[in-house]
Amino acid sequence: MLDSLVIYLQRIGPDLLQGVILTLELTVVALAVGLLFGLPAALARVYGGRGPRSIALAYIEIFRGTPLLVQLFIVYYGLPDLGLTFSRMAAAFITLGMNSGAYQAEYFRGAIQAVGSGQMVAARAIGMSQMQAIRYIVLPQALRLALPAWSNEAVSMIKYTAVVFLIAVPDLMGKAKILAGRYFNPIEIYLTVALIYIVLVAAATWIVRTVEIKMQTPGLELEVERH
Amino acid sequence: MSEQTILRIENLHKAFQNTEVIKGISFEIQEREVVVIIGPSGTGKSTLLRCINLLTRPDMGRIWLEDLEITAPNTKVDQVRQHIGMVFQDFNLFNHLTALQNVTIGMTKVLKMKPDEAHQKGMWELERVGLVDKAESYPAQLSGGQKQRVAIARALGMNPSVMLFDEPTSALDPELIGEVLNVMQKLAEEGMTMLVVTHEMGFAREVSDRIIFMENGDIVEQGPPKKLFYNPEFERTRDFLWKITELYGKQEPGEA
Repeated sequence: MLDSLVIYLQRIGPDLLQGVILTLELTVVALAVGLLFGLPAALARVYGGRGPRSIALAYIEIFRGTPLLVQLFIVYYGLPDLGLTFSRMAAAFITLGMNSGAYQAEYFRGAIQAVGSGQMVAARAIGMSQMQAIRYIVLPQALRLALPAWSNEAVSMIKYTAVVFLIAVPDLMGKAKILAGRYFNPIEIYLTVALIYIVLVAAATWIVRTVEIKMQTPGLELEVERH
Repeated sequence: MSEQTILRIENLHKAFQNTEVIKGISFEIQEREVVVIIGPSGTGKSTLLRCINLLTRPDMGRIWLEDLEITAPNTKVDQVRQHIGMVFQDFNLFNHLTALQNVTIGMTKVLKMKPDEAHQKGMWELERVGLVDKAESYPAQLSGGQKQRVAIARALGMNPSVMLFDEPTSALDPELIGEVLNVMQKLAEEGMTMLVVTHEMGFAREVSDRIIFMENGDIVEQGPPKKLFYNPEFERTRDFLWKITELYGKQEPGEA
């Protein structure tokens, strides 16, 4: 019994490990790209003029209003028709990242608004420019407030990345599909993979929770706790 | 002692949508003068203060800070605001910063002071409001009165030529009002030029040099406290003053 388990793990282990590494890579890059798009989009929505505000809103609504899989297929299979060809990995990074950015933008916008206009007014009153007020006063508070929602996004992203196997990116799910085909044992493979996802999600949850606790402002613990 | 005009306001107008909130107000404040603005709520007192440091843009009229017309088109508003201290009704302390950091952040980021220099001056400003022992506390760990005193120190840290107070004690529990009024009285005695919107008639009577009574976006009457309390030109002024005194006037500065 134990022997057969060892043999089984030896057969699928290396492939699954490669898959796990790729899944984590996709998650981290998508979150980073999402941050790069999401934070400016949130700032544009709150502080921007009519133009930037509309652009940000359009971006957010398009990416939140359509299925991730449709976005992925448009980027990978559709855009080449317009002369924009991406590798599988690039398409996966771009789509997951921009999709995440749209959601992150809304978390950040909510957090910025929760900081309250009084903070901005007080910062301007001591002579800060709007940029300084955003950088030194609003964002440090907003990012703390956004952490609980943001950590949900980080955890969810681990699972969302699984769609990329549909454009043949060999992530954890992609590897599982290949292995299930090779050894004709779908139930074992997919249960193993599900277990791995649970472990990854639990680890990510623990990490962001630790960061949250570290970043709390003394005296405001209770408020953060309630989210 | 030759006294300079610190603030000159000329024919100021401000409307929101179609409601005219300020209808052509003019007055001056001299150096070291403490002026209290009183009047019913919704009269435009807060809007007037916000116009003075350009947080709200006046529709018409001109404002001079010392010799500089700050309503001129090319005014650098961020620079102007450094010289006008503002204290808000609801404190607006920066919640993620300690009391000391609240006071020093303007010095380091706006005035570009060196950190150790700012630290020293920050501690001195906290000393002025009696809160050195709270330097490392965060706003959520302070009482309302302490928050407001930190907010005063924050404004003082920028070395303003005039301090504006927008109902600084209205959000405070009654037992905390005295400590804030005491700090304000001390500032007045040190010679700070102050423009204060308040309902605290004790403060108005004891500390101010002049009271401006505003109603419906205009100045009804102004003069030394004694004259307005005991010998006003308009019956309306007397009515309002004594009505407010009954409601708020029990607390004298120095009583706490």
